[in-house]
Amino acid sequence: MSSLQNIGRMLLPVVVLAAGLALWEFVVRVNDIQPYVLPSPTTVFQTLVSDWPVLSESLGVTLLTTLEGFIAAAVGGVALALVFNQSKWLEYSLFPYAVILQVTPVIAIAPLLLIYLPQQTAVIVCAWIVGFFPVLSNTTLGLNSVDRNLAGLFQLYGASRLQTLRYLKLPAALPFILGGLRIAGGLSLIGAVVAEIAAGTAGAGSGLAFRIAESGYRLNIPRMFAALLLLSVAGIVIYGLLALVSHLVLRRWHESALGKEN
Amino acid sequence: MAGPALPETYSDAAGLAVRLRAVSKTYDSGVTALGPLDLDVAKGDFVSLLGPSGCGKSTALRLIAGLGAPSAGTVSVPHRTNKADGRHPIGFVFQEPTLMPWASVRDNVRLPLKLAHAAPAEADRRIEEALAQVGLAEFAGAYPRELSGGMKMRVSLARALVTGPDILLLDEPFAALDEITRFRLNNDLLALWRKLHKTVIFVTHSVFESVYLSQRVIVMTARPGRVRAEFRIATAEPRGEEFRTSADYAGYCREVSNALAPAYSGQRSA
Repeated sequence: MSSLQNIGRMLLPVVVLAAGLALWEFVVRVNDIQPYVLPSPTTVFQTLVSDWPVLSESLGVTLLTTLEGFIAAAVGGVALALVFNQSKWLEYSLFPYAVILQVTPVIAIAPLLLIYLPQQTAVIVCAWIVGFFPVLSNTTLGLNSVDRNLAGLFQLYGASRLQTLRYLKLPAALPFILGGLRIAGGLSLIGAVVAEIAAGTAGAGSGLAFRIAESGYRLNIPRMFAALLLLSVAGIVIYGLLALVSHLVLRRWHESALGKEN
Repeated sequence: MAGPALPETYSDAAGLAVRLRAVSKTYDSGVTALGPLDLDVAKGDFVSLLGPSGCGKSTALRLIAGLGAPSAGTVSVPHRTNKADGRHPIGFVFQEPTLMPWASVRDNVRLPLKLAHAAPAEADRRIEEALAQVGLAEFAGAYPRELSGGMKMRVSLARALVTGPDILLLDEPFAALDEITRFRLNNDLLALWRKLHKTVIFVTHSVFESVYLSQRVIVMTARPGRVRAEFRIATAEPRGEEFRTSADYAGYCREVSNALAPAYSGQRSA
């Protein structure tokens, strides 16, 4: 029963995808819809292959931006959470501004950033702004979720602040940090795309989102779809990689990474 | 085994390990949890604090351990600071195993030594010794989640023993275990106590457990906890399963239960 369920879980999304693509292809062919209105899946795939040199270069640019934004978000989020954890006054002073930064839509901030910062920097800052908050809030939650008795034990044995942080708080917070990073990975991609689109209208850019905007102006709809496809795949791969890292790090001890049995 | 090489300066002339004088604890919420409590525990004695839930017996244990300060009164205990070689005069076992889930059994037991920056080779030797004492030598590489409840408690006990403490503080350590496991751990604890000559202060709400284990049973009142009665359990040593089924044992249990009953009468609604 459960193995049948597993197969079904893997197979059904694939079946749905194949059926959807077939229907799409069928509708386009029967009604003879032009590619600049709605390209068929095969046209999109052909475009992906034929435009690969351009698209792959753009993909590289977007991925690099995402990665830089993600690293900045991860380092910044964890570091800020550690600082907040050590000093309540700093937390009280700064946390509201972290929230404000988070709730203000990045699409509205991007044009401003592009005025004041060099384009490449502005794009990375956008990726950072949307990515760092989940890391910050999750890490803060994790650092405050330490078992009370374990904390008492550390106190009993005269642990220093640094020892408590290193041997108790950080390991206890690790599952939370990894959860935050998983969210931040996808958000960094969104931040990078938003900034690229905002920058793309200014006419300088080469990432995937810029390609989508540019292809839109030229009515090159198949390429828009091809670029969109690449963005989705990039997002899925980023999520998958971070989930894998999380699983590998936690598999020996954390509930989230254990099997369902026992 | 030779006793730990601690300077004897902290002990007073009467040979007391722990001395509480008019100790009370009031929390910020205004609830008085404990006291005023007077308590003397002689070196090498096995003493149980017996009382209903919420009577402050755990609070008393935490004060003795130095986890928090009393609101009034004095707590005199050997200096509780770390030694450079990782020796520590107090071992504490909580009601839950309180293990770090991300660390192996060996690393959990290593914790007090690591915090004291003990030399790794010496630490390894003492970890082996402590794990052997609780019968877990072959589980050093396991993770807490792979162990049963009783085994986790043994790890917790090994961690308390690894610093070579003079005083062992146990806060209802076996309350969550099944009866057979609890009996076995009771016997193992008694064997360790006879072998290692530690002072043991054992908090429990079980009359039967306290009588079986202790030389002295101290019955506490409902909150705020005070000493209501005290019993010395005099019987042939070493104790074993035959004591658990003896008339002596039943008699002590009845006496202690009678002393404990008033503490429960006021809190039927709880």
